Amino acid sequence: MAKNRIAILAALSVLSVVAFLTIGLRGNIAFVLELRAIKLLALSQVGVSIAVSTVIFQTVTGNRIVTPSIMGLDALYLFGQMALVFALGGLGYAALNPQLKFAGEVLVLMALACALLLPMLRSRLDMGLMLLAGVVFGVLFRSLHSLLARLIDPNAFAVVQGASFANFNAVRTDLLAFASVLTIAALIVAWRARHVLDVVSLGSDTATGLGITWSRTVTGLLVLVSSLVAVSTALVGPVAFFGLLVVALAERIVNTRRHAVLLPAAALTGIVILVGGQTLFQHGLGSSSTLGVVIEFFGGIAFLLLLVLGSRK
Amino acid sequence: MIRIENVSLSLQATPILHDISLTIPKGGVTALVGPNGAGKSSLLSLIARLQPLQTGAISIDGLPVDTTPNRTLAKIVAILRQDSVVASRLRVRELVSFGRFPHNRGRLTDTDRTIIEQSLKQFDLTDLAGRFIDTLSGGQRQRALVAMAFCQGTDYLLLDEPLNNLDMYYARDLMRSLRQVADGNGKTVVIVLHDINMAGAYADRIVAMKSGRVIADGAPAEMLTTPVLQDVFGFAMQVATINGKPIVLHHL
Ligand SMILES: Nc1ncnc2c1ncn2[C@@H]1O[C@H](COP(=O)(O)OP(=O)(O)OP(=O)(O)O)[C@@H](O)[C@H]1O
Ligand SMILES: [Mg+2]
Repeated sequence: MAKNRIAILAALSVLSVVAFLTIGLRGNIAFVLELRAIKLLALSQVGVSIAVSTVIFQTVTGNRIVTPSIMGLDALYLFGQMALVFALGGLGYAALNPQLKFAGEVLVLMALACALLLPMLRSRLDMGLMLLAGVVFGVLFRSLHSLLARLIDPNAFAVVQGASFANFNAVRTDLLAFASVLTIAALIVAWRARHVLDVVSLGSDTATGLGITWSRTVTGLLVLVSSLVAVSTALVGPVAFFGLLVVALAERIVNTRRHAVLLPAAALTGIVILVGGQTLFQHGLGSSSTLGVVIEFFGGIAFLLLLVLGSRK
Repeated sequence: MIRIENVSLSLQATPILHDISLTIPKGGVTALVGPNGAGKSSLLSLIARLQPLQTGAISIDGLPVDTTPNRTLAKIVAILRQDSVVASRLRVRELVSFGRFPHNRGRLTDTDRTIIEQSLKQFDLTDLAGRFIDTLSGGQRQRALVAMAFCQGTDYLLLDEPLNNLDMYYARDLMRSLRQVADGNGKTVVIVLHDINMAGAYADRIVAMKSGRVIADGAPAEMLTTPVLQDVFGFAMQVATINGKPIVLHHL
């Protein structure tokens, strides 16, 4: 049954991709196709990265309502980016190759995420505390981000300012090559860890009893999540509720939390929503810039629903 | 053999266990009894390396629990905790299958499947195998957790109050199964029990703890006497003899 549903999701993804590439082709076809293919690569990468990082993050925290972005990981990424510019701006950092800068930002995010989140994950916090901590993290790092922005000289600031909010229309294609390598590597690791993730979802004591070395495994998974968050945030900017929406939908579609099923289902759902949605908005509903708003709107509703339904249980 | 040497434990600056030394030989059923808060669960968590060791040493079959790779230990010792909650939405068969994880890392072989079906059958779960855990009754869930621990196929089984929520039929059934794996397969079972008569009837040895110390230790016939039990539990209870076996009338 779950297999059939994944097949349906895969078919929908293919449909979205084909529609995205072919609808309304005009003019210099080869040129337009190439542009669209690049954008498709970026969009699907963002969808998959957010979906997979959210699944893993929820499994590690034992909490279906948090996502990396709700816990402020994307704010942390932007803060790290700004901090690098601030600290190294005088040394000609802004002029460095963007791919190299991106690599540095990924490393900074991994280090910051481990330093801040590992103590929290060691003892699983209950949901209320976790959400609160996430809100505090998010606000704190967004404020620090703008504080640094104010301290930085205007030229350096222009380098990072463009990427501070989600825009599915303006994708950072210059980072695409490096991001693709990172995403593919992360996805391979995530897929190989699917059985371990199943055990991790049982909680630290049971997982330890079954031979998982908890702290090492959780650190590794957090590094994995960080790299995927870095990819999506670098390419389109921060998104708040997209991951939550995608994973909640995928889990309801396949009706299981087993990662061998849920990981591909979530990844495909991410592609369908992002690529399919972009196609729809570009050609059907006029303005394509509203996709981000609509996704966040439905994601926000999903968040509230999960909160209300979860607390009633 | 489980060897516990001079183990002490403090949590949040409160001493919980005081200099415990205990050797549990290979094979047989050892019951751990004692009042609430005596430290039984804490000791079991230390043996099962769920709680990091602070002072002293614990080894199982010569392997120190704090330095041996976790994967190796998971093939030797299985633990059922007192307050196991199943965080994930799982079906009974999926939960029980996790017991095989230390051996197969998630890829079920035919041997694994046979063992899983055996465990399901042994604990009368075959009809419930497709149900979600959160739809089960408390006793059914407890049986599923015990089945998972059995499935792990380890030489050592640490069970913290496995009779919780079980009715008389399944409680007796579980104790008989434990006796059977101890006698037939040479397994070592350490079980925390509050039902002193269950301990007397099925254990080879009873270890009594109180206030973080082992205060009495011996065969059931030596332990089930009014003075020893008064020492441990703090009130005098009659001990009758039926068919030559001591029966504690602790409820009167
Ligand atoms: N995390 C903790 N922090 C502080 N004290 C703790 C903690 N866990 C247990 N304790 C204390 O340690 C003592 C021993 O607890 P433990 O759970 O080992 O008792 P037990 O013998 O298993 O009792 P019961 O029969 O009620 O299960 C208790 O006094 C308890 O309050
Ligand atoms: Mg206990």
